[in-house]
Amino acid sequence: MTLRRKEAWMGVLFASPWIVGFCGFMLYPVVASMYFSFCDYSVLRKPIWIGTDNYSELLSDELFWVALKNTFLYAVMALPLSALAALGLALLLNTKIRGLTVYRTIFFLPSLVPLVSLAVLWLWMFNGQTGLVNVALGSIGISGPNWLGDPTWSKPALVLMAMWGVGHAMVIYLAGLQSVPVSLFEAAQLDGAGAWKKTRHITLPMISPVIMFNVIMGMIGTLQVFTVPYVMFPNGAPARSTYFYTMYLYDNAFRYLRMGYASAMGWLMFLIIFALTLISLKLMERRVHYAGD
Amino acid sequence: MTMRPLVRWLGIAIVVACFWTSERVVRKPERPNRVVVTYWEKWTKFEGEAMRAVVDEFNRSQDRIYVDYLSIAAVNSKTLLAASGGVPPDVAGLYDADVAQFADDNALIPLDDFCREAGIDSSRYIPAYWDICEYGGKVWALPTTPASTALHYNREMLRAAGLDPDRPPTTIEELIDYSDQLLVRDERGRIRKAGFLPQEPGWWNWAWGYMFGGRLWDGKDTITCDSPENVRAFEFVMKFSDLYGATDIQAFRQGFGAFSSPQNAFMSEKVAMVLQGVWMYNFITEVAPDLDWAVAPFPHPQDRPDLSEMTFVGLDVLGIPRGARHPKEAFEFIKFVQSQRGMELLCMGQRKHSPLVEVSEDFYKRHPNPYIRLFADLPRGPNAVAPPQFGIWPQYSQELAAAIEQVFLKQKTPQEALRDVRIRMQPKLDAYLKTLAQRNRDR
Repeated sequence: MTLRRKEAWMGVLFASPWIVGFCGFMLYPVVASMYFSFCDYSVLRKPIWIGTDNYSELLSDELFWVALKNTFLYAVMALPLSALAALGLALLLNTKIRGLTVYRTIFFLPSLVPLVSLAVLWLWMFNGQTGLVNVALGSIGISGPNWLGDPTWSKPALVLMAMWGVGHAMVIYLAGLQSVPVSLFEAAQLDGAGAWKKTRHITLPMISPVIMFNVIMGMIGTLQVFTVPYVMFPNGAPARSTYFYTMYLYDNAFRYLRMGYASAMGWLMFLIIFALTLISLKLMERRVHYAGD
Repeated sequence: MTMRPLVRWLGIAIVVACFWTSERVVRKPERPNRVVVTYWEKWTKFEGEAMRAVVDEFNRSQDRIYVDYLSIAAVNSKTLLAASGGVPPDVAGLYDADVAQFADDNALIPLDDFCREAGIDSSRYIPAYWDICEYGGKVWALPTTPASTALHYNREMLRAAGLDPDRPPTTIEELIDYSDQLLVRDERGRIRKAGFLPQEPGWWNWAWGYMFGGRLWDGKDTITCDSPENVRAFEFVMKFSDLYGATDIQAFRQGFGAFSSPQNAFMSEKVAMVLQGVWMYNFITEVAPDLDWAVAPFPHPQDRPDLSEMTFVGLDVLGIPRGARHPKEAFEFIKFVQSQRGMELLCMGQRKHSPLVEVSEDFYKRHPNPYIRLFADLPRGPNAVAPPQFGIWPQYSQELAAAIEQVFLKQKTPQEALRDVRIRMQPKLDAYLKTLAQRNRDR
C-alpha cells in the first residue's frame, strides 16, 4: 500500500464514527422519509405505495393552508424585526463604552435559556391580568391586549418573544463589525462623513455577507418554529391562530399516526425553504459586497 | 518511543474498563428460574406507588414470573415506537383513547383467547368500562383504574352568593342561572369570581353534545357532529360568552395556574362549579384541604330528564404490544390485576373506584373520598359516555376543540363551526375506513 493510499484509509477510518452516524441517523432517515412521503405509512405497518396521493391531499387540506399561512405571517413579522434588533444591538455594542463586555454578556444571555423554560416564563410575562408586559404598558397609560387569548395578538406575542433570542445573530454581527477595517472609517472621516453616512456607506456594505447569512439562517429557523408555540399554545389556540406548519406535521406524525402524510409535509417544507433561499440569494447577490472581490 | 505502546495499551484498557463498568451498572439483577415481564406505565408519585404495590404483591404471590415495573412519560407513543422497532414491553399501561388506534394499527395482540382461558368476560365489568376495552368484536386491553366525572361545587361560594349550598344546580338552565348569580366583577369590570365556565378545565370539549343527547358519529360511516343536539350543545357553550363576555373570560382565565397547582381555578375559589373527575379529591386534599366542596351529578337539560346523571367515563388499560416476548406471562400479571383483590388494592391506592361489578363493602368503608359511591354509581347508569372508538378520534377531538373556540370567540355560529368540522372530518373518516378495509383484506 502506498503512503498516499494508507493515509486515505486512515482518514476514512478516523472519520468513520461520523460517517456511520451520518449514514444511519441522517442519510437513511432523509431518504426513507422521501419514500414514505409517497406511501400510506403509520409507522407500525408496512408502507403502502400510494403515489402522489399525500401531496394532492395536502393541497386540498384546509388546515395545511391555515398552518402554512400562520407560519408565513409569523416569519414575515419575526424575520425583519429580529434581524433589525440583532443588527441594532450589535451596532450599539460595537461602540467604545465602559463595561462593554458586561453589556454584551447581558444581551447574549437570554439566547441561552432553554426554549421550554422560555415559553413557560413568557406565559407569565404575557398574562392578561398580571403579566409584566401589560403592567409595563399600563404604567404608560396603555391598556395591554389579551396576548395569549386573542387571535389578533397571539402571533405578535410570539414575535416579541423571538426578539429575546437574537443573541446568537447579534454575536455574528458583532464579529462582522469588528472585521471592518478602521482605515476606511478614518478615510471617510477625513472626507467629512458623519456617523450615519459611515454606517450607510461603509459598515453595512462591509458586513453585507454577514447580514445575508443571518437573514437566510433566520428565515430557515422562523419557518420551522415549533417548541415555543407548542408549549405556549396547545392545539394552536386561540382559534388556531398559532397553529404552525411544524405543529401540524408533528400531530400528523405522532398523534394521528400518519407518518407518510407528515413526511410529505416535511418534503414540501424543504422545497419551500430551498426555493426561498435560492430567491433570496439571487436577490441579495448584487447587494452583497465581498471584501476579497 | 517506549512510552507510545504503554499509552496505547492504557487507552485500550480505559475503553474496556468503561464498557465493563457501564454494562455492570445498567445490567438488571439476575432472576434465575423466573420469566421477567417488562411493564411500562404512565404513573408516578402515589399513583405509581399504588401500582408498584400491586406488582410487588404479584411478584410475591408466585415464583415463576417477575414483573419489572417502569414509569415512563408519554408511554403510549413510546410503546408505539418500541413496537415498531420490534422491542416493545410485555405489558403497556395505555389510555382509553389508544385502544382503537393501536388495535387498528396492529400494535396490540387481542386478548380473547387469554380471557377465555382465564374465565374473564364482560359480566365481571361495568359495561361502560368493558366497552372501552372491546373494539371491532375483540378484546384488546383490560382495565386498570377507571374515572367518572361529576359536578364539583364550592359550597362557600354558593352560600356567599345567597344560594343554598345543599342544593346544587340540577338542570342546565339552573346551572346558567347559578352562574349568573355567582358572577363577581371588580370596580374596573374585570371578572373576579365566576360560576361555571365550559372551558374550565376544557378536557371534555368533545363531550358537550352528549349532554344534550347528541352523538358524534353513527357508529358506522357517518360523522354526525352537526346534528341539532350537538348544535344545541355549542349554543350552551356560547351562552357563557354572552353571559360573561368572551374577552373578559379570556382575561380571567389567564390568572389560573396549572391544574395541579394552588392557582387552579376551582381550588383557588375563582370558579365555583367545575366538571371534574374522581381524581379531583386527591388534588383538593393536597392543595386546598380547607375547601368547603361537594359533588353532585352534572346537570341535564330541563326538557331531557332522560339525560340526567350523565357522566364521562375514562379508563386506563393494560395491553400486550405486538412483538412482546412473554405474552403468556404478561397476561398472568394482567389477570392478577383483574382479580377483585388486585383491583381494589390498586384503585384504593389511587383513590378511585373499581371498574368491576363486584366491590367489597370494605372498599367503600375504607375509601377516603366521601363521594366515592357517587363516582362508582354514575358509570353504572344509562348515561355513561366514553370517547368514541375510532382511529381518527385524536384528530376529530382536536377539530371539535378548535370549533368550540371559534364559537366561543364568535368567529363562527355553532351551526357553521360544526358543519365545517363535519365537512372536514367526513372525507377523513371515509379514507380511514377505506384504508382499514384494505388492511383487513391484507391481513
